[in-house]
Amino acid sequence: MSTRRPSMQGALGQIGTILVTLLGLLVLTFIIGRMMPADPVRAMVGEDATRETYEQVFRSLGLDRPLWEQFFYYLGDVLTGNFGTSIRTGQPVIQDILHVMPATMELATFAILIGAGLGVPMGVIAAVNKDRWPDHLVRVLSLFGHSMPIFWTGMIALIVLYAKLDLVGGSGRMDQFYIGLVPETTGFLLIDSLLAGEMDVFWSAVNHLILPASLLGYSSSAYITRMTRSFMLDQLGQEYITTARVKGLSKHQTIWRHAFVNIRVQLVTIVALAYGSLLEGAVLIETVFAWPGFGQYLTSNLIIGDMNAVMTCVLIVGVIFIALNLLSDMLYRLFDPRTR
Amino acid sequence: MTRPILDVENLHIRYGGAPTDAVRGVSFTLGRERLGIVGESGSGKSTVGRGLLRLLPSAKITADKMRFEDVELLSLTEEQMLGVRGRRMSMILQDPKFSLNPIRKVGDQVAETYLRHFKCSRKDALQKAIAMLEAVKIRDPERVCEQYPHEISGGMGQRVMIAMMLLADPDVVIADEPTSALDVTVRLQVLNILDGLVRDRGIGLIMISHDLNLVRNFCDRVLIMYAGRVVETLAARDLDKAQHPYTRGLIAAQPRIGGARAPLAVLDRRPEWLEEVSR
Amino acid sequence: MSVTTASKLRVPASVNALRNIVLFLMKSPTSLFGLAVLALLILVAIFAPLIATHDPYAQDLANTLQAPGNGHLFGTDELGRDIFSRLVWGSRITLTIIFLVSIVVGPIGLAVGAASGYLGGRFDTVMMRITDIFLSFPSLILSLAFVAALGPSLNNAIIAIALTSWPPIARLARAEAMTFRNADYIAAARLQGASPTRIIVKSIVPMCLPSVLIRLTLNMATVILTAAGLGFLGLGAQPPLPEWGAMIATGRRYMLDSWWLVTFPGVAILCVSLAFNLLGDGLRDALDPKQMNRR
Repeated sequence: MSTRRPSMQGALGQIGTILVTLLGLLVLTFIIGRMMPADPVRAMVGEDATRETYEQVFRSLGLDRPLWEQFFYYLGDVLTGNFGTSIRTGQPVIQDILHVMPATMELATFAILIGAGLGVPMGVIAAVNKDRWPDHLVRVLSLFGHSMPIFWTGMIALIVLYAKLDLVGGSGRMDQFYIGLVPETTGFLLIDSLLAGEMDVFWSAVNHLILPASLLGYSSSAYITRMTRSFMLDQLGQEYITTARVKGLSKHQTIWRHAFVNIRVQLVTIVALAYGSLLEGAVLIETVFAWPGFGQYLTSNLIIGDMNAVMTCVLIVGVIFIALNLLSDMLYRLFDPRTR
Repeated sequence: MTRPILDVENLHIRYGGAPTDAVRGVSFTLGRERLGIVGESGSGKSTVGRGLLRLLPSAKITADKMRFEDVELLSLTEEQMLGVRGRRMSMILQDPKFSLNPIRKVGDQVAETYLRHFKCSRKDALQKAIAMLEAVKIRDPERVCEQYPHEISGGMGQRVMIAMMLLADPDVVIADEPTSALDVTVRLQVLNILDGLVRDRGIGLIMISHDLNLVRNFCDRVLIMYAGRVVETLAARDLDKAQHPYTRGLIAAQPRIGGARAPLAVLDRRPEWLEEVSR
Repeated sequence: MSVTTASKLRVPASVNALRNIVLFLMKSPTSLFGLAVLALLILVAIFAPLIATHDPYAQDLANTLQAPGNGHLFGTDELGRDIFSRLVWGSRITLTIIFLVSIVVGPIGLAVGAASGYLGGRFDTVMMRITDIFLSFPSLILSLAFVAALGPSLNNAIIAIALTSWPPIARLARAEAMTFRNADYIAAARLQGASPTRIIVKSIVPMCLPSVLIRLTLNMATVILTAAGLGFLGLGAQPPLPEWGAMIATGRRYMLDSWWLVTFPGVAILCVSLAFNLLGDGLRDALDPKQMNRR
């Protein structure tokens, strides 16, 4: 089990660390933005602008100042919530991102439910049957999920399950002719369609969601399985397990009522981190499934070199990661009686 | 002595993958008495205790006889064994820091024993638990019930353990080094509580310990184990008259207040003890 | 064994340990599979000119999108190129990526980690904050951003992957270095007047090396998947290079009618990454002493 953490001082130190990390994150995104080969001025003024207009815009963007000064402008902008305008859409980047985020969150949430629903029981089964066939089977299954190039598995699944067998919906969030039928209230299509009472749209959305979410979930279950197994093995070797057995509890009761309750908190941490790394898979799977989410937004802007959009996307992923780390830490404090 | 509660003959235990038996031909009987098992670490004394409850998943246990009251323990199914563990035979483990589940409340853990073996509501079980905690001299048991194991002291933890293991009123209790992890100051108190309960309820107690003095004071009979065998069995009060050189070596290696200042004897282990048979 | 005593003495302990590890790995079917696939990969890469049946770049517009068979083992792509030959040549690209990433990441991670672990203090704090920043991204996303900044190409993809995969290695090396920092032989070296650089290079780095090597192996599966992902998104190897991820990307347009365009490169990626994962898993077991003795 983990050690007890000092609460107050630890929390303060943690806030300091987070601030430093955030600042570093900004430096990193700034560097990436400045390194990008695309010329932001040219993109704004167009190919046949005069030299004067070019110079003017160049200066107005502050690009003539020293780099460190430019960084402080960037810092100021970010702190006031100004992330710039997307060259591609002409909209504020942050607005674009807020618009595409729900689609990704819907996908990731379903994926993590599948991943945890698959990974946790598999991990427990593997730990309980350590070095026997169920353990080996789980190991191979989870390594397989960890090894597959998800963009490829996605395509193969589309070919087989959609094109050949027609079991699931194809690309996109719903069938073509439903698009625009449901007003966008929350951005989460499942919720929106229910709110609008459009059951057909709802089922179409479920049909389209199930395949990408399962694939993402399966690939994230590899990590969850491995961690669950190792946490469980730790617990099963503890003396209180003997106590439970001496009391006359069955194997099943010992595992779920004693060992498992002790790993719940650690599992929450792991699942939160796995949720973050789903973003990675989402970038690829969204491209394959033409899913209009964050991942697709990021990649399409990368390819055309839309600096503001890319910098903000990268920043947001970093912030999400830090936030998830923080969240899992807080959950840990909240649920473990020893840290109260 | 009337019919023994526990009758063990020629018990062998071998851990999975081990080249030799950890316990080699141990035989003893237990009546309504307090039996001490003494030996160095690795002598197999704890293995005997756990073997009796069939708690060793990877070990192979064989015996000519392992009779507990009216049942032959080795022929029970695991299912039937669940009804024996905790209800008719239970075990007190060494260190409450590790043997209590860290994230479940004390009352909940104690009551679980009762809930497992008797049909009753959670509330009734908790009442039983509180009464039992009172019996092990825990003040304010209602409050302790709501606490987590890390919030109570070691001595109190071990009393909770005793309460938990005696709650279903078993006939035999195995105490595996019940006081080794405790502060010297609370050892005696915990032992007295255990001793009182065992006497009052007529429970057969097997006290596994490496502490000769403790066994001498709290047991009726003593088995001395060496390398998986019982080398000598004698009444606790006759410990000083021990015949076997190993037992005498153990006794000689004990420091005494007011004893001679000469260096303590070094335990001498002879290979022939590994093979000799004794009753 | 027919080795003379003199030469026996000269065999370093590490070689023996390596042999033991390989022997242990051979006993488990899954690790054996991993070893076999990697051996195959290396052989195919070396003998690519001999194994490939066609020129990987030779277009044959009369024979586009041919199904497997008919002189083309895995069929042909949209420009009539032989997919099998492209896969075979692609193994060289995969190996190049693995090799280059390893020789960049290993030394950087080792140097940063060993120095921070040994020196401690402010240097350590700064270095660890930097790794924190890198670790607060999923590796693919950060690689994406770097490639976007550097411009899409195979070399830049390798640089980007290397840039994002040194922090975990540094973390590991640091943890190892910290356990050796207070060892007596380090103190002895210091008392003899050895400079910190000398101590780090001569005493700390060799001790961290084995675990770093293992970690590098474990990372290879991720490196391969990231590289393939970058290739797939058009940010890694550029056409007409026969990189497996890029092959899948171009095959995507034809996937519903010509399944072989995406299937075979994907199977190749899957096999290699699975091989590294199985091998890494076996290595972890092999280096766990408790496991070693049991079989």
